[in-house]
Amino acid sequence: MADDIAPLMPAGDNPMGPSRRVRRRRARRLNDRTADRLFLGLTGGAAYLVFFTLAGAALSMAWGGRLAFRTFGWSFFTSTQWDAVAHKFSALVPIWGTVVTATIAIVIAVPVSLGISVFLTEIAPPWLRSPVGTAIELLAAIPSIIYGMWGLFVFVPFMSEHIQPWMIDHLGTLPVIGRVFDGAPIGLGMLTAGIILGIMIIPFITAVMRDVFLATPTVLKESAFALGATRWEVVKDIVLPNSRTALIGAIFLGLGRALGETMAVTFVLGNAHDFSLSLMQPGNSIAATIANEFTEADSDIYLSSLIALGFVLFVLTFVILALARLLLHATRREGAMA
Amino acid sequence: MMSLYTRRQLVNNVMMVASTAATLFGLVWLFWIMGTTVFQGARALDLKLFTQMTPAPGESGGLLNAFYGSLMMTVIGLIIGTPIGVLAGTYLAEFQRRSRMGQVIRFTNDILLSAPSIVIGLFVYELVVRPLGHFSGWAGGLALALILLPVVVRTTDEMLQLVPGGMREAALSLGLPKWKVSVRVLQRAASTGILTGVLLGLARISGETAPLLFTALNNQYWNASPNGPTANVPVVIFQYAMSPYDQWHAYAWAGAFVMTMFVLVLAVCSRALLSRSKRLRS
Repeated sequence: MADDIAPLMPAGDNPMGPSRRVRRRRARRLNDRTADRLFLGLTGGAAYLVFFTLAGAALSMAWGGRLAFRTFGWSFFTSTQWDAVAHKFSALVPIWGTVVTATIAIVIAVPVSLGISVFLTEIAPPWLRSPVGTAIELLAAIPSIIYGMWGLFVFVPFMSEHIQPWMIDHLGTLPVIGRVFDGAPIGLGMLTAGIILGIMIIPFITAVMRDVFLATPTVLKESAFALGATRWEVVKDIVLPNSRTALIGAIFLGLGRALGETMAVTFVLGNAHDFSLSLMQPGNSIAATIANEFTEADSDIYLSSLIALGFVLFVLTFVILALARLLLHATRREGAMA
Repeated sequence: MMSLYTRRQLVNNVMMVASTAATLFGLVWLFWIMGTTVFQGARALDLKLFTQMTPAPGESGGLLNAFYGSLMMTVIGLIIGTPIGVLAGTYLAEFQRRSRMGQVIRFTNDILLSAPSIVIGLFVYELVVRPLGHFSGWAGGLALALILLPVVVRTTDEMLQLVPGGMREAALSLGLPKWKVSVRVLQRAASTGILTGVLLGLARISGETAPLLFTALNNQYWNASPNGPTANVPVVIFQYAMSPYDQWHAYAWAGAFVMTMFVLVLAVCSRALLSRSKRLRS
């Protein structure tokens, strides 16, 4: 009450009023400054924690895997041997499996996600957008172990009975690429794992793509439509260039998931440590090897080799994401020049 | 010779049909996977699932200890991960928007986000399990928190950056201190997005299996405290599904059914909540 009246009064009439008002305001400003500093420290500390988590993860795995790296040296990366009895371990087969399955996943998921995003933002009538969008996002809500179980009990038999025999008959006889589709139709293997990974990462890529598509300025799109562009031309020439950076981000989000996805591939890869070019043969991935054998690791060198595999997986993810960043900067620079 | 107009129309139609087909392709998998889970899970569903412990092969039982352990570790993960994530995201969006340090942390966070969950599991194994000498629910919760963290950081950062600059300037021009601008105005404006991030992270950690293999492991018996090896639904499902026993497969499907339903109900409810809050705002 006094505060409200004070400014209206001449200063000389009530010397207490204005001075008290000023003092209180100064006190509050100081509190604000302290609070701001505290806020900066708190948020900054949390952010650096993210940084130290990653550094800690890298260091701890390099440390845990040091025994394996020291024992096997470079042969850890060049040999295909994995023998728990003879204590000989190497990473080539799991690395190969990881790269191949993730590549299959990306090849499947990126065009499908692009299609779904276009459907959700351009084609679908408004009443259909929300339910379909939610349904696709629910794919991401399904835990990865469900994909694995479903893959093992449902999709593997389906592949071995319907898809793989056809592939072996028609694609396996072709020269050169035939070797990739060579083998017995047992259902387990890289192809099945890659397809399941692809399905798993579709919602992740789609969610980001749809959001950036929706973020395209309406004026730009409407201008293009007014000039007579078709819907596809608007997508290709307005929406995609406008959201290129985020688009690449979305794809690498998916790739990251695919590279390290563990449970789904553990079920359907077949856990075989033999090197094979064929996508139909049982294989292994880094994550699946660790998940399958971690609890069985009975010697220090076995455990250390598995942790060293984890380190390799970490480095792999790191390198790919760093490349993505470079690519991202390159496209941005190109866009700025055009 | 096709006219330019016809060709453009044709390309357009082909792409539109392809997009629709891609959507159907995505939906088919959802219904296939959900159909199998519901069918197999409902068949194995039994009230004893929630009242008895995990059985040995050939015996009957339930999954009570696994449900309890999962819930406990998810809550630990949420309590640790969410506040740190929101704070870190705020720091990036408010204080380090264009700076070099901000770029480094964002880069780190992106990698942590894409870092396989199994790597996080191994990290927590080296950090907590090996020094302490035993698996524990705390370690499991910590691993889940570290998986949740980057999701929340990234969404918070992105969503805060999407808040129109005018809103920030308006709030600052009223003389509000920076923290109040962040918490009361910007975070509220971006709250829908931040919540989406937390829910996305929650959905991810409630079914997360790989890191728990190395941190919480499993426990066949009832264990109320998170100090020892803790049973959890995903690892039980993994163990039972990989086993040769049909009866264990049934339990695995039942657990899978309950877990999936929990996650889906959560997802649908939160979505309804989101759209309502959006309606209120506009």
